[in-house]
Parts: sequence; C-alpha cells; structure tokens
Amino acid sequence: MSIEYETVIGLEVHVELATKTKIFCGCSTAFGGSPNAHTCPVCTGMPGSLPVLNRKVLEYAVSVGLAANCSITRFSRFDRKNYFYPDNPQNYQISQLYLPICRDGWVEIDTASGTKKIGIHEIHMEEDAGKLIHDEWDDVSLVDYNRSGVPLIEIVSEPDMRDADEVIAYLEKLRLILQYLGVSDCKLQEGSMRADVNLSVRRKGQEEYGTRTEMKNLNSFRAISRAIEGEKNRQIDLLSEGKEVIQETRRWDDGKETSYAMRSKEDAQDYRYFPDPDLAPVVIGDEFLRQIKSRQPEFRTEKMKRYKEEYEIPDYDIEIITASKHMADLFEATVALGSQPKKVSNWLMGETLRLLKEREADPEDIRFSPEHLAKLIGLVERKDVNSTVAKEVFEVMFQEDVDPEEYVQKKGLMTVSDEGALRKAVEEAIAANPQSVSDYRNGKEKALGFLVGQTMKAMKGKADPGAVNRLLKELL
Amino acid sequence: MELLSLSAVELSAAVKEGKTTAVEAMKAVLARMEETEDLYHCYLYADREGALRRAQETQEKMEKGELTGPLAGVPVAVKDNLCTRGIPTTCASKILQNFVPAFSAEAVVNLEKAGAVLIGKTNMDEFAMGSTTETSAFGVTRNPRNPDHVPGGSSGGSAAAVAAGECFFALGSDTGGSIRQPASFCGVVGMKPTYGTVSRYGLVAYGSSLDQIGPLCKTVEDCAVILEAISSHDKKDSTSLERKDTDFSSALVKDVKGMRIGIPRDYLGAGLDGQVKDAVWKAAKLLEENGALVEEFDLSLVDYAIPAYYTIACAEASSNLERFDGIKYGYRADAQGLHRMYKATRSQGFGPEVKRRIMLGSFVLSSGYYDAYYLKALKVKAMIKHAFDAAFSQYDCILGPAAPSTAPRLGESLSDPIRMYLGDIYTISANLAGIPGICIPCGESEEGLPIGLQLLGDCFQEKKLIRAAYTYEQLAGVQSAPIVKPLPAKGEKTDVH
Repeated sequence: MSIEYETVIGLEVHVELATKTKIFCGCSTAFGGSPNAHTCPVCTGMPGSLPVLNRKVLEYAVSVGLAANCSITRFSRFDRKNYFYPDNPQNYQISQLYLPICRDGWVEIDTASGTKKIGIHEIHMEEDAGKLIHDEWDDVSLVDYNRSGVPLIEIVSEPDMRDADEVIAYLEKLRLILQYLGVSDCKLQEGSMRADVNLSVRRKGQEEYGTRTEMKNLNSFRAISRAIEGEKNRQIDLLSEGKEVIQETRRWDDGKETSYAMRSKEDAQDYRYFPDPDLAPVVIGDEFLRQIKSRQPEFRTEKMKRYKEEYEIPDYDIEIITASKHMADLFEATVALGSQPKKVSNWLMGETLRLLKEREADPEDIRFSPEHLAKLIGLVERKDVNSTVAKEVFEVMFQEDVDPEEYVQKKGLMTVSDEGALRKAVEEAIAANPQSVSDYRNGKEKALGFLVGQTMKAMKGKADPGAVNRLLKELL
Repeated sequence: MELLSLSAVELSAAVKEGKTTAVEAMKAVLARMEETEDLYHCYLYADREGALRRAQETQEKMEKGELTGPLAGVPVAVKDNLCTRGIPTTCASKILQNFVPAFSAEAVVNLEKAGAVLIGKTNMDEFAMGSTTETSAFGVTRNPRNPDHVPGGSSGGSAAAVAAGECFFALGSDTGGSIRQPASFCGVVGMKPTYGTVSRYGLVAYGSSLDQIGPLCKTVEDCAVILEAISSHDKKDSTSLERKDTDFSSALVKDVKGMRIGIPRDYLGAGLDGQVKDAVWKAAKLLEENGALVEEFDLSLVDYAIPAYYTIACAEASSNLERFDGIKYGYRADAQGLHRMYKATRSQGFGPEVKRRIMLGSFVLSSGYYDAYYLKALKVKAMIKHAFDAAFSQYDCILGPAAPSTAPRLGESLSDPIRMYLGDIYTISANLAGIPGICIPCGESEEGLPIGLQLLGDCFQEKKLIRAAYTYEQLAGVQSAPIVKPLPAKGEKTDVH
C-alpha cells in the first residue's frame, strides 16, 4: 500500500495599497505614465533624500489587521532589507522585520467540510520596487522607478492550508476583506495582489513539517491551483523515490505547467536587516486606533444578514451581490434612489452578470452608475420602453455609462403610446399577411405571434407588445 | 577696513551700514582664495562666477530692504556632503565625482533665505569617514595655522576655510566629532546641535542616527546666529524636531555665575596631551573665577563609546552607501555584466577608509552577528545616554578637551586607523547621546597649534553652552581671528602677496 501524504501550505500575499501617493514620498501611484514620470529624489534613491511615512498607508495596514483579527503592534518600526538590484534604487528595501504592524490574526474560510480558521502570522508594510526593462535589441536594461515606493502590505499566513481549494478560498476571503475596506483593487493579473506559496508535504499523521519550497510568479487563481498540484506531486515523487526535498525558491511557468529552481537556501542572501534610522518608530495611540475602528466598514457577513432583513430578495442574489463590494455598493445606492430592490437585483443578477461573463470581466470592473440604473428601471416601470429595448439600452449603458433617459430620447426609442398609430400598424399587418390571418382564425395560435412580430417590426420595436396583442385579438 | 578679519555678524552689519557691499566681501574672499588655495586646498569646488552673481543679487535685495537678517550678504562655504542644487556635490569621493544634485539641502536653503551667499564646496574626509581630511579622494587640506599639519576632519575643509579667511563661516557635519575636532585643530568655533535640530534633508548620510549639521565660524556670536538660521522643523526629515527655543542668540550673555560645570575625570586622564590638559584646566579655572561651580566627576562608560560608535556608524554607513552602485549617477566602471559592474564600480569608486567601514558595518549586521555587535552597541548607546542624563541632573555643562592632542602632522594618522579612531574619544559620546556640543579656542601649544575647549550640554540646552562659551570667549579675548597675514614663501611659489 502506498504511503499517504498530507500537503501543508502557507501563503505570503503582497497587496498593493490604493493610496494616491507613494509610501515615503508625495509621488503619484497612478498606473501608466511615461517611464520615471512619477518619481522624485526619494523614490529614485538620490543622495541626501529621506523617507517620510505616508499616514494613509499606516491607516490601511491597521484596518486590514483589525479586519483579520490581528493584534496591532503599538510600537512598530521599519527595517532595511539590504540587497543589490537595479530596480531597488537605494539597494535596500524599507520593510518591517522585527516589529511588524500587525500580528497573530485569523480569517475564516468556507471549505467542503465546513468553516476553517486560517491563522495570520503577521502583516507588515513595505515599499515596492521599480521595473527593469530589458531591451534585447540594443542589449541594454532600462529602469523605470514609477512603481518604486508604491506601498505594499505583506500578509503572511500560518501553514494552515492543506490543499489548493483552501488556498483559493483563503485568497478570495482576503480579497473580499481588502475590497470591502477599499484599500486595494486586488488584481492578480495586474500584480496589485501577488501570492507566494510555501508548500511542504509530510506523511499523514506526522507531527513535524517537511522541507518546504517557496513558489513565485503565480498571477492567477488558476496558476496557483496548478502550481500547488504540480509542486505537491513533485515533492511526493521525490520522497517516494527516497530522495530529499531541497529548501529552495522555485519559479512557476504557467505556460509549461512546471516550476524550476531559482535559488536554494545555500545561496540565500543575507539581507542584513536593521532598523531604518531615517524613520521614527511608529507609535499607535488609543485615539488613532479608535478612529480606525470607528471607520471599519460593514463586512460581508453583517451585510448579508442586513440584506435578508431589509430587502426582499432571494438568498442566492444576496450571496452573489455581496461577494463584490462594488456590486453591493451599486445595489444599495440604486435602491437608495428609490428603485425596488428586487428589480435592481434582477438587473445585476441577469444582464450584468451575463455581460461580465461575456467580457471575462470582474464585478469590480462595472462602470455604470447607480443613477443610470435607477433611471433605466424607471423607464421600464413607466412603460416608456419595453423590455427588449431596455436590454438594448442597458448594454450601451454597461459599455459607456450613458444616461438611459437621454439615450432613449436621442435614439427615439420611446414606446409609441399613440393608439391611432398602433391601430394603423396592426391593420397593415393584418392586410399584408392574409395567410397568417386565416391560419389564426383556423386555430393556429402561433400565427398570432408572427403578426405581433410584424407589427413590432413596423413600429421599429417601440411598441408595448401587450397593447399590440390586445389590438390584434380585437381586430381579428 | 580689513574685511576678512570681520566676523559674519560684523560683516553683515557693515554691508547694511553701507561701509562695504556683499560683492566687495565676496571679492575679498575670492582674492584671498587666489592667494592661499593652492597651498591649503580648503575647497573642492569654488563657484566663483555664481558666487559673485549671487552676491550682487543679495546686495540688491538688501538695498531694497528685502533681506535684513544678521547673515545677509555674508559669504559662506558648505561642506561637500551637503547637496547644493546645480553645484557638484561629491562627498570627496571618486564615486560621486560627476554628481550634481537637483535640490539643495534644507540647511543650505535656510542659509540662502537668511541671505548668506554660497562660495563653494569644502574638502572633507571621503563620505565624512576620517579625522584628518586626508581620506579625501581629491587631495588633502592643510591646516592654515601650520600647513605641515592636518586641519582635522571630517569637516577639515570647512574649518580650514574659516581659519584661512577663505570664507566668513562654513557649514560642517558632525557624526562623531567632525565639526568640533577640526574646530579645535584650526582654532575656530564649531558646534553640533541636539540631534534633530537641523534638518538632515540633503545631507548625504554617513551614520543617519548620529549625523547633525552645524556651524564652523569665528565667534560664539556667529555660532548662535548661524544655528538660529539653519535650525528648522522640516517635514521632509522624519527625525527633525519641532523646537520653539531656537532663539539661540538670546543666550549671548556674559555671565556664568552659579553655572554648574562638571569635568569627567576620564577626560583628563591618560592619553591626553599635557599642553591640551593645561589649556583646558586654565579655561575651567577662568570660568570658576567668574562664578561658575566647577568640579570633577566620574562619567561612566567612556571606554565603551568608541566601539559602540564604530559599530553603529559603520552599520548605518554600510547600508547608506549601497545606493552608490554606478546605476543611477556618479562613477561607473567599465565592466561587462551587472555584478561585475557593481564590483568594479565600488572597488574603484570608494577609497580604503570607506571600504574598511563598509566591511565593518556589513559584518556587524550580518546574520549571526547582529545581536552580538549591532544590538549590543545599541544597548551601550542607551546606557551612555543614561550616564549623561545622570550627569546633567548635576551639571549644566560638561567641560573637557575636543581632541587628545593638537593637530597631527600630515601623513601621521592614516597608517594606524585604530589610533585615529581613538582620537574621537571626547567627541563621539555626544553623537551617541544626541546631545549638543560646542568647541571654542582656548589657547595654543608651544608649536603654535590651536587647542580647543569642548562644552557638552543636555538635549535642547544649546543656550547654556552658548552662554558659557560666550562668557569664556569674552573673558579670554577673541582667539579665532583668521590667518590673514601673507603666506610664507614656499618652494617655487615666490609671488606671494
């Protein structure tokens, strides 16, 4: 019988914080911009420049710590991590090693076998590095420091996860917390959320951990799942062959579905961490902490509970809507404008999700405003447009966030309520399709549908189908 | 009127009274430099044209009444580790030989606002690492009191420029005594304020937790006025303090009655040159005769200061100097491949003393040694601060020498770095404790070399130091007049004026 193994996984998650300015200077954190447009003496490591902590970064880090049930370090400090690489202008990264801002927390995830707590070892603040651009043609490397000094937090979990599903559930939970707090947009593909996976295997029942490896370059949930599967199997194969797992950092190649060793523990660098003398210790006072606590948003569990009490919408809708902070905000804002909750929910659950799926986009990418959705709902309610037209208008709104009232007006999509015009169109349809008329009179109900279609076509879709139906029956 | 023998405050007053102009003062300084720079080499860069242009602009502003402060119109020299916008800033290192900063240090900006006129950048030990200005990559500076001797360091160029009349005052930086010791060797006034009083923004860091900028000048009055001008709460420097007591010139009072002055026994013990000891004692007696209460006491931990200092300063330096890598600015060696380029650039760009300290600092921070060296040094630092706290509960000032001897001869010191490090014994504790210290001239050796008197005070007690130093200066007569007499003919240089 083959030996049974258990996988042990811990995660280091880097999250880019959505502050307007960098962590230690006033430069913009905006994406895009020509190379080195968002730089200054501080974030390019000029001699004589000094870092000054952006207070917003501290607020964000503490709010994440509180949401993840951490204890907040009242006296924390920044340390320098020393290593030479051109993307790092000072050749040291300002980070936190000895006294990270948050410690000893947990988040709860849903697994197949119920809920499970995943421990948070620590959360610390640090700065991002710049980007190297290798120009193979000219055989030179160029450095862009626009990202240098962009604030990051690193969330280090305990080795509490046992498979890829738990890892994904944990990441989704983190992402939800961060999005609810509004501290990051958490996009794996764009690198605003990055996860390194520490994985080891051990015989089932064994107490001590096996030798772990660290996997980098995982930029989608799918890549993470595949990398975990691949690494688990690689380690088990090694152990089954009587070989040893080497402690090393490995880089995942998602295209080749395989990882390769970057560096082993032997050639691990000595980062010579020490407290950064340019930055004063960070002392968290009671008042600061009280303020952050009072500003913590309503998180998903509370929100779901409230929706159940306040709105008459199905549980399934609640689950989907609250799974995205942006969607929940949109829902609440539209309802606040007077729209009926169920109607709002229908638009979100139906057309919105359909179009998102079609475009492979996330709910966070929704562009249209609650005002416009409320107006569209109003148009339908007043029967100013029929549901087919409404869907067409919605698609344009989804794309460009147009004002539906203006759009309907401009394009002349209002339902024709003029009884005379409608009657004329119906009469014309009857006159032009004698075959269908006789079919209907001979009991073929389907023929009526055809006549409705013909009338709608003549009206360019701008008729209330109910009224057309009524008139047809009347005239036939 | 012999312009060059005026103090900074006197010069500015003379310009305001119309007796001279800022331009005349600058011309006098530049003419003096023509005569003496070849020998002394106080400057690494003299911005002659810019200096005259700035002097002219300043004169116009003064005439319009836009500049009225006590330093308006006064030519100033700035140590080359302070960034000056558009003017080369090299830290006396080959690795920064072509570096021109895009901004000026906050202290320099403050001086410009006060109307002082920048002449150029003074020589120093490379990255402020040294006690003689001999580790400069661009040649030594000679002591104007005796050109066969060093001016001290690391702010040797600044101290020598003041002593030689090549400026009216200068800025230096003090990490372990780098203002006070050269002041002592050149016979000028030098002061390191409480850590955090002068913004470090734009000061190329050596030991960030110890570095402070301060004045080198001719009189205690100048010292107070300059310190007042350069002190500021700067939001760009997280270690900058908000002080409401920076009206230092209010302490220019000739009165030490009842002032309690302590002399650490260890400061006058073995290793101290006899002539220095006598001069310092004489100064203490003079203060005592005028009403100060002077007594000896035991300041503990004196012997631990040097190892703690070199551990901390080198650790910070090893990290601070990592940015000099040939990638972004400064010297780049011609080598293929990133790591070869790093290695070649830093091997060729840094001098031996800087490399020694980078290696020392990297070692004490390396994994497995951090606790034994760096952390222990931090503990010693905290204990030294406590020892000073205890002393200042008893005394207003601590009095002693600034250096164990007068200025050594050129070439004597570098062969034995340990001995050079030990020379910092009286000055480095102030940096470890963050407290202020002032050095003023208190006599000369038989060879005619100046001797300095150092006064240390508790944090934020600069005024006590200024008061004691001013009183001493007034009682003893001003002794820091610059050497403006013609140079002795040397070698083939015969056309000396």
